[in-house]
Amino acid sequence: MKLNRVAVTGMGAICGLGHSLDEVWQNALAGKSGISTIGRQSTENWPVTFAGEIKNFKLDPLLMDLKDQDRFDLFNQYALHSTAEALKQSQLLEAKYAPEKIGIIFGTGLGGFPHIEMNHKIYLEKGARRVSPFFIPSVIPNMPEGLISIHYGFKGINFAIASACASSAHAIGLAATEIMLGRQDAMITGGTEGVITGYTIAGFASMKALSKRNDEPHRASRPYDVDRDGFVMGEGAGILVLENLEKAKARGAKIIAEIVGFGASSDAHHITAPHPEGSGALLCMQQTLESSGIKKEEVGYVNAHGTSTPLGDIAETQAIKKVFGEHSYNMCVSSTKSMTGHLLGAAGGLESIFCIKALETGTLPPTINLENQDPQCDLDYVANKPKKKDIMYALNNSFGFGGTNSSTLFKKYI
Amino acid sequence: MELQDKVIKLVSEATKMDAANISLNTSFVDDLNLDSLDMVELMMKMEDEFGVEIPEDETENLKSIGDVVTYLKAKSH
Repeated sequence: MKLNRVAVTGMGAICGLGHSLDEVWQNALAGKSGISTIGRQSTENWPVTFAGEIKNFKLDPLLMDLKDQDRFDLFNQYALHSTAEALKQSQLLEAKYAPEKIGIIFGTGLGGFPHIEMNHKIYLEKGARRVSPFFIPSVIPNMPEGLISIHYGFKGINFAIASACASSAHAIGLAATEIMLGRQDAMITGGTEGVITGYTIAGFASMKALSKRNDEPHRASRPYDVDRDGFVMGEGAGILVLENLEKAKARGAKIIAEIVGFGASSDAHHITAPHPEGSGALLCMQQTLESSGIKKEEVGYVNAHGTSTPLGDIAETQAIKKVFGEHSYNMCVSSTKSMTGHLLGAAGGLESIFCIKALETGTLPPTINLENQDPQCDLDYVANKPKKKDIMYALNNSFGFGGTNSSTLFKKYI
Repeated sequence: MELQDKVIKLVSEATKMDAANISLNTSFVDDLNLDSLDMVELMMKMEDEFGVEIPEDETENLKSIGDVVTYLKAKSH
C-alpha cells in the first residue's frame, strides 16, 4: 500500500513567551525566559508560586462569544486561539476539501483542572444544585476539538489523546497517519493545556517533581545544568495544520515541512520515574528513524523532552547516545522548556513547531540557564544562544507519566 | 429598582446582550437563542439573585422575561 506524504502547512502557538508563533519564536531566539511569578490568582500557601504563565490573554470574541468565555476552561480557549493562527497561515479555509475529510486530534494531559477545582468548591460550599451545567462540557479533554469542529464545520475524525506529557506528540503521529492512509485530506493537530492552578501545582509539588526556585523564576527551568531541581509548569498550545502533500501542492499551498517518521513505546518500568537508561525512549527514537527509512547521521537537531528534572535529563541523554552513537556529538540537542516551562500535554505540539522553525530558518533554539553543565549530560545542548546550522531532519521527543514515549521526525521541505 | 428591571439586568449580564434590547416580551429561546444548558444556568442565577427555589418542572413554563417576572411576583406573596 502506497502511503501519502504529509505536509505541514500551518502553525500557531501560544505560551509564556508570547501569544503568536512569531512572538514566541523571536523571544526563543533571544533566549528569553517565559517563566514568571503567577499573577492570575493569589498563590498564598502554594508550595510553588511561578510558572510559564500566559499574561494578558483575551480570546477574540469572534472565535468564542463573551458568554462562553466565562464558561469554557482555558485549554479550550488556547486551542481556538492557536488554531485560528495555524489556519490563517495554511489558508486551509480557502481550500476545497470536503468537510468530512478535515479532522482534528489534539493532545491534552489533564483537561480542565481549573474548572474542576472551581466547581468542586461550589459543590462543597453551595451544594449540588449550584454546579454549573457547563462544568462537564468545559473540562472534558476533547472539548477543544468539539468547539473547533462546530466553529469551522470540520466533519472528519475528532478526538483527544491523553498520554500525559506525550499527548500532543502522539496526537501529531496519529493525525499524520490519518493522512498517510488517505482517510483524511487535512488534519488540525498538536496540543493544548491550561492547568496552572493551586490544585495542580500541589499535586506535582507533592511528587517532588517541580522546581522550587520561587525567588528566581526565570532561572528555574535549567535542563542539563547541575543545579536543576525539577520542572516548571507551563501552559499554552502548539497547533499544526497537516495536509496530504500532493493535494496541498495541487492547491498551491505553501509547504513548510514534511512529517516523515513517528514512533511510540512504553518503558514498562515505573509510574512516574523514567527508565534509568531510557530504554523506552531509545525504542521510540529507533522506531521513528526506521519508519522514515533515513540514516541516523542525517538528523541534525533533537528537541529533547528535557524537563529539567535530575533523573529525566540524564536518562534521555543516555538514550540519545545509544540511538545515535558517535553522531550524538555531531548533532545538536536543546530543551526549549528552559524558556517555555513544561506545557505538559501541549509540549509535543509546541516543540514540534520549534523543530519545524529550526528546519525552516536554519537556526536552532537554545537551552537557556545552562551555566554549569552536568557531566552526565555531555552533548551539545545549544547552550544559552541560538545556533546557525542548516539541517535536513529534526526529531522531537515527548515522554509522559505512565512510562509512555513518542517521537516525531520532521524533514525540511525543498 | 423594579423587579422587572432587576430581571432584565440579570439576563443582560448572563447573556452579554444589551439590556436595551430586552423587554417583558423577550423570549429566551426565540429572541435570545438560549439552549437547555443556558436555561439551567440562568435559573441558577435567578435563584441566587432573588432567594427563591425554582423547581425544574416549573422552569419549563418560564419562556419569556414576562413569565419570570410574573412567577417571581407570585412567589413573593
